[in-house]
Amino acid sequence: MSGGHSTYTPKTGIGRWIDARMPLPRLVYDSFIAYPVPRNLNYAYTFGGILAIMLVAQILTGVVLAMHYVADTRLAFDAVEKIMRDVNSGWLLRYLHSNGASMFFFAVYIHIFRGLYYGSYKAPRELLWILGCIIYLLMMATGFMGYVLPWGQMSFWGATVITGFFTAIPLVGTWIQELLLGGFAVDNPTLNRFFALHYLLPFMIAGVVVLHVWALHVVGQTNPTGIEVKSKTDTVAFTPYATIKDGFAMLLFFLLFAWFVFYIPNFLGHPDNYIPANPLKTPAHIVPEWYFLPFYAILRAITFNIGPIDSKLGGVLAMFGAIAVLFVVPWLDTSKVRSAVYRPWYKLFFWLFVIDAIFLGWLGSRPAEGSYVAMAQVATLYYFAFFIVVMPVLGLIETPKRMPNSITEAVLAKNKGGAGHPAGATASPETKG
Amino acid sequence: MSADDTIDPSRRDFLYIATGMAGVVGAGALAWPFIDQMRPDASTLALSSVEVDVSSLTPGMSLTVKWRGKPVFIRNRTPEEIEVAQKVSLNELKDPLARNANLTSDAPANDLDRSAGEGKENWLVMIGVCTHLGCIPLGQQGEYGGWFCPCHGSSYDTAGRIRKGPAPENMAVPVFSFISDTKIRVG
Amino acid sequence: MKKILKGAAALSFALACSLGAASAQEEGHSAAEPTHFPIHKPEQMDWTFAGPFGKYDKGQLQRGFKVYKEVCSACHSMNLVAFRTLSELGYSEAQVKAIAAEYTVQDGPNDAGDMFERPGIPSDYFPSPFPNEQAAAAANGGAAPPDMSLLAKARGVERGFPQFVFDVFTQYAEGGPDYIHALLTGYGQEPPAGMAIPEGTHYNPYFIAGKSLAMAPPISDDQVTYDDGTPQTVDQYSRDVSAFLMWAAEPHLAERKQTGFSVIAFLLIFGVLVYLTKKRVWRQVSH
Repeated sequence: MSGGHSTYTPKTGIGRWIDARMPLPRLVYDSFIAYPVPRNLNYAYTFGGILAIMLVAQILTGVVLAMHYVADTRLAFDAVEKIMRDVNSGWLLRYLHSNGASMFFFAVYIHIFRGLYYGSYKAPRELLWILGCIIYLLMMATGFMGYVLPWGQMSFWGATVITGFFTAIPLVGTWIQELLLGGFAVDNPTLNRFFALHYLLPFMIAGVVVLHVWALHVVGQTNPTGIEVKSKTDTVAFTPYATIKDGFAMLLFFLLFAWFVFYIPNFLGHPDNYIPANPLKTPAHIVPEWYFLPFYAILRAITFNIGPIDSKLGGVLAMFGAIAVLFVVPWLDTSKVRSAVYRPWYKLFFWLFVIDAIFLGWLGSRPAEGSYVAMAQVATLYYFAFFIVVMPVLGLIETPKRMPNSITEAVLAKNKGGAGHPAGATASPETKG
Repeated sequence: MSADDTIDPSRRDFLYIATGMAGVVGAGALAWPFIDQMRPDASTLALSSVEVDVSSLTPGMSLTVKWRGKPVFIRNRTPEEIEVAQKVSLNELKDPLARNANLTSDAPANDLDRSAGEGKENWLVMIGVCTHLGCIPLGQQGEYGGWFCPCHGSSYDTAGRIRKGPAPENMAVPVFSFISDTKIRVG
Repeated sequence: MKKILKGAAALSFALACSLGAASAQEEGHSAAEPTHFPIHKPEQMDWTFAGPFGKYDKGQLQRGFKVYKEVCSACHSMNLVAFRTLSELGYSEAQVKAIAAEYTVQDGPNDAGDMFERPGIPSDYFPSPFPNEQAAAAANGGAAPPDMSLLAKARGVERGFPQFVFDVFTQYAEGGPDYIHALLTGYGQEPPAGMAIPEGTHYNPYFIAGKSLAMAPPISDDQVTYDDGTPQTVDQYSRDVSAFLMWAAEPHLAERKQTGFSVIAFLLIFGVLVYLTKKRVWRQVSH
C-alpha cells in the first residue's frame, strides 16, 4: 500500500517462494513495519489505531452476541436479558458491546477534531478525509440500528423519530419511510431488517477502512507542524516507533473503557431502554444516544419556516447538512497553512467550535423548551458559521506565524539545548532489539 | 542519552519479554469470555433434571420424555421381555458393557445392570438415541423385539442392547432415580 | 501536547460557565403547578453494592425478597427472574425448591390437550399475578403495575450538570434503588397549597412522572415480620426491597465489579510495561 519503493527482502527460502507468488508479507512489511511516519506525531495521532482496534472489538463482541440474540419483537427484549442473566459471560460481552459503541464514537470525535485542528484534510489528503467522513456516516447508521435491537422503549421511539425524518421529504417522504420500516410503523419487519443491516454495515465500515488506510499510505501522515516530510530524518519506521506508542495509547483507552464496562455500564444508556417497547406509550423525553445529541439539537433548533421550507424539513436538512458540510471541508478552508499551530486565530475559532459542539450535545439532552431553543439556535448558527464563514474567510485574512523549514528543524527547535540526534542517524528499524 | 548505551542488554531484553508475556496473558484472558459464552447457559443447565410420574404405566407400556433436548424412553417391561433379555449371555452381545451412568463404566451388560436394578427389573430407562448416528429408534420392533432404528437398520433387544446393525454401543442409560414408587427423576 | 491540555482546560472552564448559566434558568416554576418531575430529587443512600468493591448483602436481599413476596408480588410481576437464581441470595437448594413450590405455575398442554397447574420448580420463572397486561390494568384502575425484574435499572432521576460528570468518577450507579427507596418513603406528605390531586391518585413528590401516582402507599410499619431483628419500619423495608430489586435487575453486579478490579489492575501493570518499552524504544529519537 505504500507509494514508495519496497525495501522488503525475504530472508528464507519459503519467504522468497511466497513473495514470488503472493507478496502479502511484503505488503504487511511495507505498510506496518518499514512504513515511514513523521517523528513528531503526538498522542492525538494514536486515535486511528484505537479506532481500528475498537472496530475489531465491536465486530467480535457483536458476532458472539448475535449467537444469542433473536430478532423478533416478541422475543428480542427477553433475549437480551437472557444474555445478561444466563449466558456465560453474557453480561460482559453485552456491556462491552454497548459501551464499546460509545467508546468508538468518543474516539472518532477526537480523531475528527484532530483532523480539523491540524488541517489533515488539505490537499493532497481530500480523498482520505472524505473516506473518513463515509466511515463516520456508516458508523452512525450502525450505531442507530444497534440501539434499536434491545427493543426497549428508547429503541422503539428512537427508531420511530429517526425514520420519521424521511417523511419531511416532499412528495416521496412517506413512501420512503414505509420502505424503510416495511410497514406503517416500527414493527417486526423493521427490527428484522435493522438486525440484518446492523450485522452487515460493520463489514462495510471495515472495507472503507481499508481504503482509508490505503489512501493514508499513499499520501503519508500529516503531523503537528503540517509540514510535509522532506527527508529521511523527518521520519521514523512505523515499527517499533509508532506501534509501541499506539499500543500505549490503546492501553490508556482500554482503562477508560474498562471503567465504564465494569463500574458504570449503564451510565451512557437511558433507563427507559430497560422497559420493553410499547407502541402505545411514548416516554416523557425521547433522547438519542449521546453521540447523536449535537445533531439532535440542530434538528430541534429549526423551529421556524425558511421561505418555502417548513420547520420540519428545515430541521432535517440542517441536521443532515451538519454532517454533509464535513465532506466539503477540504474546499472550504482557504488557508495555505495546514496546522492550527501556526494559525492563532483559527486556533481560537477551532476551540470555540469544540465547545460549541459539546454545548450542542448538552442541549440535545434537554427538553426542547424555553431558553434551550434559543441557545440551540445560537449554537447551530456558530456550528455552520465555523465551516461556511470562518474557514473560507479566515484563510484569506489571517497572518500565520513563522513556520520552520522542516519537521526535523521543528523537533530540534523544541528540544533546544537538549540532545537532538537526527533520527535517521541513530535509529533504524534494526535498533529495536 | 549516553546512559542507554551502557544499559545491560539482558535488562533491555527482560523488559521486552515481560511486556510481550503480559500481552499474551491479556489476550488469552480476553479470549476466554468469547469461548465461555458458547457453553450451555444457566437456563439450559437448570432444565438438566426432569421428574416424571410413571404411575400410569402398566407392564408393556412406554413413555417418552424430553431430557436435555433428547428423548428418554421409560418402559415398564412385560415379564416375557425381561425373561428373554435375561437369557442372553454376555458373549452374544456386540457391546458387553452396561453403558449405565448409575454404575461403574466397566459394569457388564447383563439385564439387571441395564434395568433400574434389584426389585425394579421391569423398569428400563434409557436415552432413546441410536448410538450409530443419533436417530430415534422405533419401539417394539425389529428382529429382537426391542427397538429398531429406521435410519441404518440397527436392532436393539428388549434391554436396549445393540444386537445387529452398524450401531457400536448399547443405548445409554442416563443418571436417574426413583424418588417415590411412581416418580422417576432423570438427571 | 501542552497546548492541547491548555486548550482543554480553557474549554472545560468555558463549558462550565455556559452550562451553569443555562441550568440556572431551569428553576423558577410554581410550587402548586410544577412542570418538571420528580418534585424532589431522591436522597442518595448508602448501599453495600455501591463503589468499586460493592457486593450484595445476602441478609438484606433475603429480607427484600420477603417484602417483595408478601407485599409487592400481589400486583407486580417479576417475569425475568427464575426461582433457581434465588440461590444467589444464600438459600440452599432445598429452600429454593420449597420457595418455588409455594407458587402455582401453569404448564401444558398435557396428553389430553389441556393446560394444567402444578407447583413451581426451580427452573420456572416467577408467575405473574395477573393472566395478562389487560387484566392487570383493569384490576388497577387502568394502569398496569410495571414488571419488577428490571425496575431498578429502568428508573433513574436525571442528575443534571455538573453532577453527572462527577458521577463518572464516583461510580454512582444507584439511581434506581435510590429512586425506589425515595418513592416508597415519600408518601403521606401534604401537597403544596393549591395543588389539585386527581381522584384515585396519591401525592408523592418523588414520583418521576407526575405529582401523584395510582399506587397507594404499599407498605406500613410492622407489615412484614423480620426474623433477624432488623427494625420493621417503612424505611427499612424500602431499603431492603430496593436492594433486592437491584439484585433482580443486575444479578451479576458483584462478579462484574470483581472482574473489573482484576482487569484494571492488569491494564495498569501492562500499561507501565508498555510505557517503559515505549520510552526505551524512543530513547534515541527526539520528537
